[in-house]
Amino acid sequence: MDIAIIVGLDVISGIASLVLISAGLAVIFGMMKIINLAHGEFLMLGAYATVLSVSAGVNIWLAMLVIAPVFVGLVGVIVERCLIQFLYGRLVDTMLATWGLSLVIVGGTTMLFGNTIVGVASPLGGFSVGEYQSSLYTPFLAVMAILVMTGVWAVMRYTRAGLIARAVMQNPDMAATLGVNPARVYMATFGAGAAISGLAGGLLAPVAGVVPTMGAAYIAKAFITVVGGGTSILWGLITASGLFGFINQIAAFFTTPVFGEVILFIAAVVLIRMLPTGISGKFFKGRL
Amino acid sequence: MQKLNEMRVALICAVIAAAGVIAAPYYIDLFQIMQLTVFAAMAVLALSLGFIWGYGGILSFGQTSFFGLGAYAYAVAAINFGDSTGAIVMAILIPVIFAALLGYFMIYGGVSDVYLGVITLTVSLILFNLVNSTAGDFYKIGDARLGGFNGMPAIPTFNMPGDPGYILSPEQAWTVTGLALIVVYIGLRVLIASTFGRIIIAIRENETRAALLGYDPRFYKLLTFMIGGAIAGFAGALYVNWGAFVSPTIFALGLSAQIIIWVIIGGRGTLIGPVIGCLLMQWMVTAIGGQQALDANFILGAILIVFVLLVPKGIAPTVVDLVKSRLPKAKSDTANSNAKVKA
Amino acid sequence: MTTPPLLETSNLTIRFGGVTAVNSVDFSLKETELRCLIGPNGAGKSTFFKLLTGQLRPSEGHVKLRGEDISGSLPHEIARRGVGIKTQVPNVFNAMTVEENLWIAARHKHTPAFASDLAEEILTQLRLTGIAKREVGQLAHGQRQWVEIGTVLAGEPELILLDEPAAGMTHEEVERTAELILEINRKRALIVVEHDMQFIKMIAKTVTVLHQGSVLIEEDVATVLQDPRVRDVYLGKGLAA
Repeated sequence: MDIAIIVGLDVISGIASLVLISAGLAVIFGMMKIINLAHGEFLMLGAYATVLSVSAGVNIWLAMLVIAPVFVGLVGVIVERCLIQFLYGRLVDTMLATWGLSLVIVGGTTMLFGNTIVGVASPLGGFSVGEYQSSLYTPFLAVMAILVMTGVWAVMRYTRAGLIARAVMQNPDMAATLGVNPARVYMATFGAGAAISGLAGGLLAPVAGVVPTMGAAYIAKAFITVVGGGTSILWGLITASGLFGFINQIAAFFTTPVFGEVILFIAAVVLIRMLPTGISGKFFKGRL
Repeated sequence: MQKLNEMRVALICAVIAAAGVIAAPYYIDLFQIMQLTVFAAMAVLALSLGFIWGYGGILSFGQTSFFGLGAYAYAVAAINFGDSTGAIVMAILIPVIFAALLGYFMIYGGVSDVYLGVITLTVSLILFNLVNSTAGDFYKIGDARLGGFNGMPAIPTFNMPGDPGYILSPEQAWTVTGLALIVVYIGLRVLIASTFGRIIIAIRENETRAALLGYDPRFYKLLTFMIGGAIAGFAGALYVNWGAFVSPTIFALGLSAQIIIWVIIGGRGTLIGPVIGCLLMQWMVTAIGGQQALDANFILGAILIVFVLLVPKGIAPTVVDLVKSRLPKAKSDTANSNAKVKA
Repeated sequence: MTTPPLLETSNLTIRFGGVTAVNSVDFSLKETELRCLIGPNGAGKSTFFKLLTGQLRPSEGHVKLRGEDISGSLPHEIARRGVGIKTQVPNVFNAMTVEENLWIAARHKHTPAFASDLAEEILTQLRLTGIAKREVGQLAHGQRQWVEIGTVLAGEPELILLDEPAAGMTHEEVERTAELILEINRKRALIVVEHDMQFIKMIAKTVTVLHQGSVLIEEDVATVLQDPRVRDVYLGKGLAA
């Protein structure tokens, strides 16, 4: 019985971490149809921002929940203005440019902070289920995942910015004729996506080894989730995270985390053969 | 007629290059010969992407998957067989099978370019993690221990076919690698000039029209993808032969990016371009390796960004365009220009 | 049992979201028949063609070629069964020469040498020999139309679909196109979509009029051109525009 609860918690935390590490990528993909290959580095920058702030004496909650997203969000806006905006409409070139950016950020961070692992202590204690120990940080991440999703939904549903974003998502040309400047929307989108990635990176900082190359450990799962989910930001993310998080954790439980990832990938490739535009391309077309 | 001439020029160039390969050990010291050997192996890898991207229009972000699989397949087979000839066959066969499976799901699924790029990249990430986790005695194939992140040391290098006792010297290994590069180059030239080559170019130009004429684009793209996998796998065997060692870093993202950079720099739609881009970058990376001030990733990334933004066509086509615009009457029979989509 | 018609559609329907672009079309074409398909913009002519060539899958209904159901087949499979199309926008291999475009089309059924001969023959027939070595992407719109017609012929289909073959052509070219169509029609069946009524009069025997995705009328050309409904449809469109 205890083991069932632990596996259940594992599945929930697996789904929650997929949502967190993929949300920023999903926002940018849903709006701009590009995959940001520097996504892993945005996570890494969020983690570094948190670690460095904490070691400078800032409260860890402030560092994770405010400084990390604001800093990476700003980076995102700068990247969009200096790089992405010149490649509108060239989807593959945009991906290549963000790949270059990813290498530049990894290299730059290595030059600044060296290739050593830094970290912060987890701010929450543990709890036990029977003889099994678990960290309180796990349910906290699940709550954060729900908050992020709710936040994205509320912004898209109830704010003017969200309305404009939905219009651009549906039809960029049409939105332009309504007096909306798609370029500004893209800049805001990229910044928002980056900020969410920064938040996720900040949240990962206490549970991950923070190094310049840490992004590579997360992007495979994030890519699979977003590609499998398709371009509907919320529905794609929720369904893909749910499906893949479940498959991944169950497979990982019976084998190893690495094989869990392999099985996750195989599941995703089979899914793509049947639904080449992802789950949401088939079932939630045109929705958030 | 023009095509015949171009073929003849290419053939003459190939003969000269082959003579250079054979003569090199008499004029260059061993250290540099070793250096050239790995450059040539990487140039074969560059050709694999140059072919599928430049001619087939398929941009694989994870060409290292096939390169690494070829390297590991060679290593495992060479240790078990005790002979390199069959191992080289395995280094081609395993990546081809893998490319066929992966390509089938992506290409017959009809995914977009963006998806194809992301999926191929993810494959290389996962292979990296997978092979990285194979430390320990449990992960053995026959006599070969995969070794996880430590890699596989002391892999038998090429021997004379049929005579496992006769191991090739470093100079002979160079000759084999250099000639292999030339053979792959010529082979691809012939392939591109063939009906198959024209069809894949036609599909790259206009997939709908090709389908409306009765060609199944999925079939031809899958075949192209598999040929790319075969060449990359072969390059993997050449690479292991050079170092007698392979580790999971062969699947690393940095190398995946480098392959794309070679082709971007050299230019899509040519074969000589990727080779030149590869040699240039290899030389440069070796040069950077010696200093500490600038991180290699940083420079690679910056180069990738600059080329995507400013020289999207690559060096070889840009130079050809420049020469053509300066000298409208000049004969453009150089190897560069005739490789340019002259189907 | 009588032999089935070359092409037959029954209840052919496709919807995009809430719009029914082609609505329950029953259409039949005999061997070596020449049919003109007219109708105002948005009547569903090009969509109808895409359903015949497999570029779109019908929401309902069937397409049969010589009695065999091909609805749901892929474009290359339908092409191999002998259906060729010239699309509305020139659809060619831009980075290749005119000659190479035709060669690729002919090569599908023939040896390389025979394909070259066939390409040569079509170049002469379409008077394209002068520009045989030019890259298609650099040609004028009208010339690219001819190249595309050439590639269709080089594929030797038994049913040829032409979507606005005379669009953007000079008067002289239009006349030549009409002659060419009549010449092709001696051996092969054609469906021609066209707006230009002068052109229709030059070639047409039977005309099918599509309006809002459905067949409005299908009669010989003289009857159709005098039918008040046809006039209304076109005038209505004129007023709307």
